[in-house]
Amino acid sequence: MKWVSPWRLRRMGILGMNCRNRDFIGSYNPRHLFPLVDNKLKTKLIAEEYEVATPRLFFVVEQQHEIATIEKKLTGLEGFAVKPAKGSGGKGILVIIGRRGDKFIKSSGVEITVEDIRRHMSNTLAGLYSLGGKPDVVIVEDLIQFDDSFEGYSYEGVPDIRIIVFKGYPVMAMLRLATHASDGKANLHQGAVGVGLDIGTGSALRAVQFSRPVTHHPDTKRPLHEIQIANWRDMLLLASRCFEMTGLGYIGTDIVLDKVRGAQLLELNARPGLSIQVANGRGLLPRLRHIESIKPRSHRTPEQRVDYVMRTFTRDGQ
Amino acid sequence: MKKPSRAPFYSIIVGLILLGLGTAWLRHTTMEIPFLAGEQRPVWMIEARVDFFANGDPVVATLALPDNPPGFRMFTEQAASPGYGWSVIESNQGRRGEWTKRSAAGPQTLYYKAQFVGGLDNDPIIEPQIPQARSVIWDGPQATAAGQLLAVALSTSSTPQSMTRELIKLLKDPSPDQNASLMLAAEPNMATLLEKLLNQAGIPARSAMGLYLEDARRHQSLTQMVEVYDGEEWVLFNPATGQQGVPENLLIWHRDNQSLLDVVGGRNSRISFSMIYQTVPALELARAQSNDSIFSIIGVHRLPIEEQSMFKLLFLLPLGALVVVFMRVIVGLKTSGTFMPILIALAFLQTSLGLGLFSFISVVSFGLVLRTYLSRLNLLLIARIATLVVLVIFIISVLSLVGYQMGLNTGMTITFFPMIIIAWTIERMSILWEEEGPKEVLVQGGGSLLVAVLAYLMMQFPLIGHLTFNFPELNLVFLALIMLMGQYTGYKFSELRRFRAMVENEIVEDKAGGTK
Repeated sequence: MKWVSPWRLRRMGILGMNCRNRDFIGSYNPRHLFPLVDNKLKTKLIAEEYEVATPRLFFVVEQQHEIATIEKKLTGLEGFAVKPAKGSGGKGILVIIGRRGDKFIKSSGVEITVEDIRRHMSNTLAGLYSLGGKPDVVIVEDLIQFDDSFEGYSYEGVPDIRIIVFKGYPVMAMLRLATHASDGKANLHQGAVGVGLDIGTGSALRAVQFSRPVTHHPDTKRPLHEIQIANWRDMLLLASRCFEMTGLGYIGTDIVLDKVRGAQLLELNARPGLSIQVANGRGLLPRLRHIESIKPRSHRTPEQRVDYVMRTFTRDGQ
Repeated sequence: MKKPSRAPFYSIIVGLILLGLGTAWLRHTTMEIPFLAGEQRPVWMIEARVDFFANGDPVVATLALPDNPPGFRMFTEQAASPGYGWSVIESNQGRRGEWTKRSAAGPQTLYYKAQFVGGLDNDPIIEPQIPQARSVIWDGPQATAAGQLLAVALSTSSTPQSMTRELIKLLKDPSPDQNASLMLAAEPNMATLLEKLLNQAGIPARSAMGLYLEDARRHQSLTQMVEVYDGEEWVLFNPATGQQGVPENLLIWHRDNQSLLDVVGGRNSRISFSMIYQTVPALELARAQSNDSIFSIIGVHRLPIEEQSMFKLLFLLPLGALVVVFMRVIVGLKTSGTFMPILIALAFLQTSLGLGLFSFISVVSFGLVLRTYLSRLNLLLIARIATLVVLVIFIISVLSLVGYQMGLNTGMTITFFPMIIIAWTIERMSILWEEEGPKEVLVQGGGSLLVAVLAYLMMQFPLIGHLTFNFPELNLVFLALIMLMGQYTGYKFSELRRFRAMVENEIVEDKAGGTK
């Protein structure tokens, strides 16, 4: 079977790209709020204001001439992540996990020189990774020391949890595990493993790689069904609070679990992808329509909303 | 965040479609712009040849010309007569063509050619004031005979038309009575006689000269007809047959209130007509008769040719945009750069498809090779793009020159490619290559080319070029379709493949669950 009938997809409640763009992003995300999430620096600053935990910001590079003296700023930093503030789809993120002599070690293990970092930053400033090629700034922030509970679940990268938050209600979640095939990236279409998570408990529902079901991590061979996210409710709360923070009705929140600092908001996405449905094996539409049908202001606080979804969107429920 | 009612939106869509189609239809009917590109219309090409012998003095020859003949419309007219000045003089007597020459001697031949579209409805000519019957004076015996003849006809008729028919019947009788024979003897020309008799009876009548049209006839002359005013309009009668109304193949050349041909400064003048039935492109016909109606303002035919050809391309763009929207929203094809495919398609229109594809692919792949070297130089982005623009210009120039040397004149046309866009395409594809690998480059590059080729195939279709150029208002329909697709929230074709894994996974699980 090469094609699926659209009626079948509709019965499964699968959200399509056009429907997402028009009925959810277009209707619930006011355009003027987009810069808040499209610019990671702005997200970070507003997150601090709302006391939403994010990775520590080391410094920002805004001008080309600052790049010349970048070594000075990097001294004393063992691991760090270089990110474009307006990057999209994980483009332009450079993760340095350590040093060897005057070389830097990327998360993939490849050694690069400070020249490579300079070029990367220069490209970023010129807007190579930003949406529409607009000039950008470089963020250098703390590396995430991922939690031991994920040991053996991720290859060369940080496992992050993507939670779709609709009108402040977390509606669907998945854990994204980098693989060798995905080159340490957590994007599903690049070959990362997506593990659907039960909203009620934070335990694994099923896992896919390249849209195919998998039971074990392809590189580390750890069984994926044992995954159980610790402090699941806190994570949902963190995600839910992003609604008040941004005012955006339909967002994807990327959360990582740091060994020391706990759940951290990595970034927000105003156009979250659709493959979370494949990882969960169910469509988003019924849940989104359910949230739409809830009376406004029936749950005022993030706590109330999270409790509601943990009751409602269970493994066998909606 | 309440969803707004969709009624206004759909009424805008319906309004746009109706406006577009309605205007097109009105323009088609009123201006006769054909819907099909190659449509041909039959026309009569009539040539009047005037011969005379010039005395060596200044020559003025005037010829009566058709003036809105019923059932016909003039399409073109011209005079061919070397050494003569030519002008058309319009007066309330009718139109006359005038040839003039300072001095001419010996036999002269003048030509007047005109093309007529036939088969049109007869619009009754409204006379500004009701025509009056002329007074007619006969000699003694004829006056009596005419009076008796008219009395007979009058008693057996009721209207001017029936009166005319009765008179013709009396005059045409194989064994005419005394009165009729007497009148015919005095005035052998049936038409003139009939006209005089009618005027005497108080019915306004005049004679008209008509030309019977038959394909490929030469040396034809005009036939005299009689027009009778019935109180509302002029009705034509053929005095030879009594037939009423204008036959389809009769062209009224002029009326008897003016002479057919006057020649001053010459003698032995003769006129003869020849005609052929030919076809001309309907579009040309419509263009030639573009009048001052509001619909012709919408058309771009009044612009200079150079601007027209620009509009020709411009009006194709909405269709290209429609193709892009369809391929991206409904089909879900990935393209690099949203509307780059249209620009490529436009370039293909100039170069032809095969050559265009070849040169586009070679320019882009050449550029990609050079770009990999550029990335090692660590240039700033803007400078790098500018470098690429310059390099693309070089590549295109070299390809054009090589093509020219190889004898391919078309090689020059690849300069039509939008160079800045190509430079950006190379840059994006190069980054895509580095980040996502060559497969994604092929997917997006192939998608762009596929959309471009589709848009090109649509745009080069002669009918579509014809319709968008001659009926620019049809672009409103494209606009409506584009807006309609902007409301589409269903699945894309590509998603039917993308999510098929979910269905398959579900089936696998169901089976596994069943065996447990």
